[in-house]
Amino acid sequence: MKRGRFALTLLVMWLGVLVVLLASLCLGRYPVAPKTVLQVLVSRFVPIARTWDATVETVVWQVRLPRALTAALVGAALASGGAVFQGLFHNPLVSPYVLGVSSGAGFGAAVAILLGASAAVTQASAFATGAVAVSLTWLVARSGRDRSHVTLVLAGFVVGSLFSSLVAGAQYVADPSTKLPQIVFWLMGSLASVQWSDLLRATVVIVPCLVAVTVLRWKLNILSMGDDEARSLGEDPGAMRVVLIGLTTMTTAVSVAISGVIGWVGLVVPHLARGIVGPDARKLIPASIALGAIYMMIIDDVARTLTMAEIPLGILTGIVGAPVFALLLRRSRSDWD
Amino acid sequence: MTQSRPSVVDIQNLGFAYGDAEVLHDLTMAIGLLRCVERLLTPRTGTILIDGRDLKTLSARDVSRRAASVPQSHAPAFPYTVQDIVLMGRNPHLGTASQPGPHDVAVARQAMDELGIRAIALRPYTQLSGGQLQLVLLARALAQEAHVLLLDEPTAHLDFRNRHVVLSTIRDLAVRLGLTVIMTVHDPNDAMQYADRVGLVSNGGLIALGTPDEVLTADNLGRLYGMPIEVLTDGSRHVIVAEIDR
Repeated sequence: MKRGRFALTLLVMWLGVLVVLLASLCLGRYPVAPKTVLQVLVSRFVPIARTWDATVETVVWQVRLPRALTAALVGAALASGGAVFQGLFHNPLVSPYVLGVSSGAGFGAAVAILLGASAAVTQASAFATGAVAVSLTWLVARSGRDRSHVTLVLAGFVVGSLFSSLVAGAQYVADPSTKLPQIVFWLMGSLASVQWSDLLRATVVIVPCLVAVTVLRWKLNILSMGDDEARSLGEDPGAMRVVLIGLTTMTTAVSVAISGVIGWVGLVVPHLARGIVGPDARKLIPASIALGAIYMMIIDDVARTLTMAEIPLGILTGIVGAPVFALLLRRSRSDWD
Repeated sequence: MTQSRPSVVDIQNLGFAYGDAEVLHDLTMAIGLLRCVERLLTPRTGTILIDGRDLKTLSARDVSRRAASVPQSHAPAFPYTVQDIVLMGRNPHLGTASQPGPHDVAVARQAMDELGIRAIALRPYTQLSGGQLQLVLLARALAQEAHVLLLDEPTAHLDFRNRHVVLSTIRDLAVRLGLTVIMTVHDPNDAMQYADRVGLVSNGGLIALGTPDEVLTADNLGRLYGMPIEVLTDGSRHVIVAEIDR
C-alpha cells in the first residue's frame, strides 16, 4: 500500500472513530439527538444557552462519554497489544490473552477485590500478576526443547489455566453475597460503572504506552524475522522484546483492570487491520489502534442497547470474535505457512 | 569466495564450542565461523577482526554495518512485501525510534535493481520461489551497505539453474561492489567455479586453505570425504567427481 493511500486510509479510520464515538453518545435506553449531544459537548468549553434537560447533560457527559472513551482506549490497547505480540513471537495466532496476561491480571484483580482494595490498588495488582503470567509463559516455552510457535501457545494455555484455577479459588473463598458477584461481573467484562476518574487513571498509563509502541513499531518488523536475523540486522532482540512486552503487558493489564477480561479483540482486530493495510508494523500499529477503538465502542454499544439488561462484554467479543476469527483462519491460512 | 583483500576479515586461532563440546580448534570457514562473525556465537579462543577491530568490542549494530548475512533457511511469519523485507536491511543505520526515510527507500530500491527484483517489489515475499527468496534476502543484505557478506549455504534449497543464478549473481556483486564474501558450500564444484579462496574443513579442523586450484585437489578432497575423488580438467575448467563403482 502506497504511503499516500495509507494516510487516507488512516484518516478515514479516525473519522470512523469520531462517528462511532458520536453515535455511542446518542444511543441508549435514553436516546439523545446528535445535535443535542454536540451542543452538550460544546457547552462544556464555550458558554451557550442550555435548551436541554439536566438529565441529558448527565447521561451524555457523566455516563456515556467516559464510558465510550474508555471503550475506545481499551479497544485500542487490546488490539495494538495483539499486533505487538504477534510481531514479537512471529506468529499471527498469539495475543496477550493467549499468553496468559489476561487471566494473570484477572487473578491479581480478583485477589484485590477479595481484600477490598481500592481501584488503584486493583489495577496495580492486576498489572503485577499479568506480568508474572507472561514471564511464566515465556519461561515454560523456553525450557522445552521445541521452540516452535505451538509450544509457546501451549505454554500460554498452561499458564492461563493455572491462573484460571487461582481465580476459581479466589471465587470459591469469596463472600457469595458481596465479593463473589463483584468478581464474576468483573471477569466477564463490563464498562457499566466507568467514571471519569477511572478513565483518567487508565489514560495516564495506556496513552503513553501506545505512543511508545507507535514510536518503536518499526522494530517489530525486525523482531518478527526471528532472533538470529534480528541480530544480524543490528537489533538486540532481547532488550527490545523486554521493552515491548513490558509496554504491552502494562496496557493489557490496565485494560483488564478497568474493564475485566475481554478476549478475542487482540486476535480479531489486528487481522482485520492486516487485511486492510498489510503486515508492515509501520501501518499495522496505527490501524490496529484506530480499528480497536471503533470495534470496542461498537461492542459496548451493543452490550448496553441490545437488551434491557447489560450484556457482559467478554460474552459479546467471544460471540463476535470466534466466527470472525474462524473465517479469517479459512481465508488467509496460505499467508501464514 | 573472498576478494583479494585479506585484511577486511582477519581470523586468528579461532576456537569455539556449541554447549560444552569444542567444535573447532583452528581457523575455519564453517557455519560456526559465520555464526561467530554474526555474533550469534562467541569464540572460545582466538579472535575475529573486522576492519582491524575485534568483534567482541563491537555491538550488534556496529557488526551489522560491516557484515551482512543471508540465512540458509528463513521461515516467514507474515506476508511482507519484497520492498518491506529489503527495507529491513536499513535497520543498522536507523536509531531506536526512527523509521526508514526517503534515502533508505532509495537504497532499498537500488539493492533490488542490483538483483533484478524491482519488478516484484510489491509482491508478498511469501509467494516467491526459493531462488527469488534468496535474491530478496541478498538484496536485504546489500541494503545494509556492509562490505562483508556472510552466506550460509545460500544454494542449499535451490535447483540447478537457480543455484547458478544465485552464485553468479553473488560473484558479480562481489567484483562490482568490492565486497568480501564468505560463504559455506557443500558441493566443492561451487567453490571451484566461483571462489577466489577456499578452505576445507573436516571434523572441526582446517585441512587446506588457498586458491581453488591449490586446495581442491583429488588428494585433499579424497581425504576430506573419505572416498576416491577425481578432478577432471577441460582447459581451464575443473569438475570434481566421486569415483564410485557401479
